[in-house]
Amino acid sequence: MTAKVRVATTSLAGCFGCHMSFLDIDERILPLLERVTLDRSPLTDQKHAGPCAVGLVEGGVCNEDNLHVLREFRAQCQVLVAVGACAINGGLPAQRNHFEVGDLLRRVYTEEPGLTRRVVPDDPELPLLFDKVRPLHELVKVDYFIPGCPPPAEAFWAFLSDLLDGKEPRLPKGAIRYD
Amino acid sequence: MRSASDILNAHRGDPTRLVQILRDAQHACGNWLPARVLSEIARGLGLPRARVEGVAGFYAFLNLKPVGRFRVLVSDNVTDRFAGSAETCGALCQRLGVKRGHVRSDGRVSVDFTSCTGLCDQGPALLVNGLAIPQVTGERLDQVVRLIEADTPVDEWPADLRRVQDGVRLQGPVLGATLEPGAALHRVLHASPDDVLATLKDSKLRGRGGAGFPVATKWETCRTAPGDSVVVCNADEGEPGTFKDRALLMRRADLVVEGMTIAARFTGATQGFIYLRGEYEFLLPHLNEVLSKRRAAKLLGTGICGDRGFDFDVDVHLGAGAYVCGEETALLESLEGKRGVPRHRPPFPVTHGYLGRPTTVNNVETYADAAVIFGLGLEAWKALGTEQSSGSKLLSIAGDVERPGIFEVPWGTTVREVLKLAGAGSVKAVQVGGPSGELISPKELDRRIAFEDLPCAGAIAVFNESRDLLEVVVNYAHFFAHESCGFCTPCRVGTHVATRSLDKLRQGRGSSAELAELGTLTRLLRDTSHCGLGNTAPNAWRHYLDKFPDDLARRLQAGFVPAFDVDAALVAARTARGETP
Amino acid sequence: MSSFTLDGADVAFTEGQTIIEAARVAGRFIPSLCAHPEFPAHGSCRVCTVLVNGRPMSSCTTKASEGQVVESNTAALNRDRQALVQMLFVEGNHFCPGCEKSGACTLQSLGKELGVTSAGFAHESPTRPVDASHPDILLDFNRCILCELCVRASADVDHKDVFALSGRGLHKHLIVNAESGRLADTGMSLEDKAMTVCPVGVILKKRQGFSTPIGARRDDVQTPRQRLEAGRKP
Repeated sequence: MTAKVRVATTSLAGCFGCHMSFLDIDERILPLLERVTLDRSPLTDQKHAGPCAVGLVEGGVCNEDNLHVLREFRAQCQVLVAVGACAINGGLPAQRNHFEVGDLLRRVYTEEPGLTRRVVPDDPELPLLFDKVRPLHELVKVDYFIPGCPPPAEAFWAFLSDLLDGKEPRLPKGAIRYD
Repeated sequence: MRSASDILNAHRGDPTRLVQILRDAQHACGNWLPARVLSEIARGLGLPRARVEGVAGFYAFLNLKPVGRFRVLVSDNVTDRFAGSAETCGALCQRLGVKRGHVRSDGRVSVDFTSCTGLCDQGPALLVNGLAIPQVTGERLDQVVRLIEADTPVDEWPADLRRVQDGVRLQGPVLGATLEPGAALHRVLHASPDDVLATLKDSKLRGRGGAGFPVATKWETCRTAPGDSVVVCNADEGEPGTFKDRALLMRRADLVVEGMTIAARFTGATQGFIYLRGEYEFLLPHLNEVLSKRRAAKLLGTGICGDRGFDFDVDVHLGAGAYVCGEETALLESLEGKRGVPRHRPPFPVTHGYLGRPTTVNNVETYADAAVIFGLGLEAWKALGTEQSSGSKLLSIAGDVERPGIFEVPWGTTVREVLKLAGAGSVKAVQVGGPSGELISPKELDRRIAFEDLPCAGAIAVFNESRDLLEVVVNYAHFFAHESCGFCTPCRVGTHVATRSLDKLRQGRGSSAELAELGTLTRLLRDTSHCGLGNTAPNAWRHYLDKFPDDLARRLQAGFVPAFDVDAALVAARTARGETP
Repeated sequence: MSSFTLDGADVAFTEGQTIIEAARVAGRFIPSLCAHPEFPAHGSCRVCTVLVNGRPMSSCTTKASEGQVVESNTAALNRDRQALVQMLFVEGNHFCPGCEKSGACTLQSLGKELGVTSAGFAHESPTRPVDASHPDILLDFNRCILCELCVRASADVDHKDVFALSGRGLHKHLIVNAESGRLADTGMSLEDKAMTVCPVGVILKKRQGFSTPIGARRDDVQTPRQRLEAGRKP
């Protein structure tokens, strides 16, 4: 039996919807897990990625922590895959790109009604926001893209099957979705 | 102050004169076009308001938002850069207390860059409210600052400050022509169209604007096309580094108009236009004077040379800051009062040009050449040049040479000979024909300026060993992005994307990813653009990448480097937290 | 009847037809975006670029002629088309999941048809405020691809001249015919032809969003290629 392939997954500025859609491969996850070991992933709760063959990243990059995680994935994964609309074009979180992020922070933390401490928090535990939400390919080299909001389960299945079979991954026509 | 209705009346309420009307209205409104004025103009011309606004929004010299009452534009060609234009711009901003691209709080002045103004031999140059001011350094810069602070209108500035040299260094048959006004025309007057055509064919005269289309074919097609034909002189000399038409119009305007009149005689045109680039507004009084004198001498107007059937007159239209209007169909759109967007071809202007009429569009130099051919005779002309490139060529040479200026040389002259004439020292590269032409390396200096080898519409820019060629290429790429009309996807987006890649390479942050992207853009622009602007926009970076691989290699990073700058991207959030960045 | 070949197949044409028109009638799909069967060719998107006797030409502006050899479905041309679609995506703000036109958008269907999975280039993220001033109609400029179909429909069919283009280069943008710059102050109304021609999601009827469920939308049922090929004569 050949060695299992290590796969890591994460969600940056995303909603985990892509992960949910991934799970929609349903019972096919069983044969998949015979060929794959999940490394860092919300499914394993492992906090850092080790060396992996494949990294699937959902969500765009909206803050320092996202960038840190993305760089870890890029460093550890031979093949990095941007998964879903947010990872590919910023998606919903990028709707804030037309506002100045300082204005947004002040508005939310100092002007909204019902606040007791009217101050923009500066807790080091809170990652700093970038001026804009960016898709992954503007920050690291991305090898493949699986579009959709979320990508259909078929897209994950087809993509990973090809990759595990050593073939150039191709998404079947109906599996390319932008919404 | 002139009202909108005065201006509309002065232009006979003619919508084809919209660009001229907008120029005048802007002048009357303190350098910009308020929304209310656009509405008035639209009503007066019977045009949809949005169309008027769209035209105003197209041209770089028409402003939909307030600029300074003194609008100072610094010519940003790369040779101006090397002559110190950035320092001039910085000094002006500092002395006038204004940030580049902004208006001073009192509304007096704004300072910004503009595309090449055609004064590369006399840089760094400015346009102040449209008028050219050459050599703005030292005492002349002080003078500009003083005049602005004293609120002296530009047309009252000392003549010496506004004097542009014609820059002629070497004359040939065209610049040195001693023809009396009308001499060439008289020869054509008594010749049959067949004889004129035969002479044109025999002369092998080809268009001087760049494309090199045979003049005989163009004129003959126009002559035989149905409809009232029109003669247009393309004086929209926008290719950065080209300023030879400036010299021709200063020194030999008579010859140019004579060539146009010969074309009119041959094609049967009664209406003519000179489309003069906005940057050359300073030439307008001179051109109008030449036209008046010719009218008085019966060389223009009705009954030219006493021939009652020969009517032809010429009107000068000013451009308003759009390189793309040098493309003949964009020029015609602009001449019709529209956005300068190139048309689909076919049909070509020779059959469907200005207002759908057959139109002969030629470069300034082409008309002057035609007048010389008929005035001095074929033999003198054919004695110069090569098999496919007859006669002489005006070159405008700038950059790292001792004697920048205009040189009229026979076609077939080598680049090496040209460089010697202008006094070039060490040479790292030469840009022949401007950014849309060809960047050549020192190995290629024996190539000839000729349609069969190195075609050239006039610009020669010389770069010495100390120059950063990537700075040249980056400057050109920004030029094309700024001047793209935005009609087609590859040019509108592609020229801009290219500037990002090239900027990154120049910052030393580029890698094979940028080279791949530039490769894609080169192919896309060349193969899918709507017009020549997009087709030729990649030339400079393509030649640089092909011919100067060592120059590039030392700037390339091994792996992907993002354009993203973490610290810059965090400034806003840190400031909001109360940290001082 | 005269004919040319398109990727090896004979395509008949009548005098004056462009290549894409003749192909359309014959049920042969050439990817395109700004071409609209009811309007003269615009030729701005360049997606329909084909090789005509080896030379790249836009098939919507090039007249068909006897014996032309036209190639459309080549790897190189499809790569160019992908890049053009990607350029349009990064130039504006195209967020399909939140767009009412998703599933009936020509840019989206074209991207999927061509197998575009990423933006390819860096996003411009331009700031383009929407115009919600009109009681019945919303303009979302973020999605405009500058095809001028609304400009032409409003001028040539509606005779209202509601739209025009201003600016140039990357700053080119759609404007409306009012000193205020607001659609509410133009003559635009729901019955206008200009309401129906936008290939993307700029011109929208208010209170009508997401009325068709996913799976039943125009391009879910049949892609543009499938629709055209369904009409092909055997």
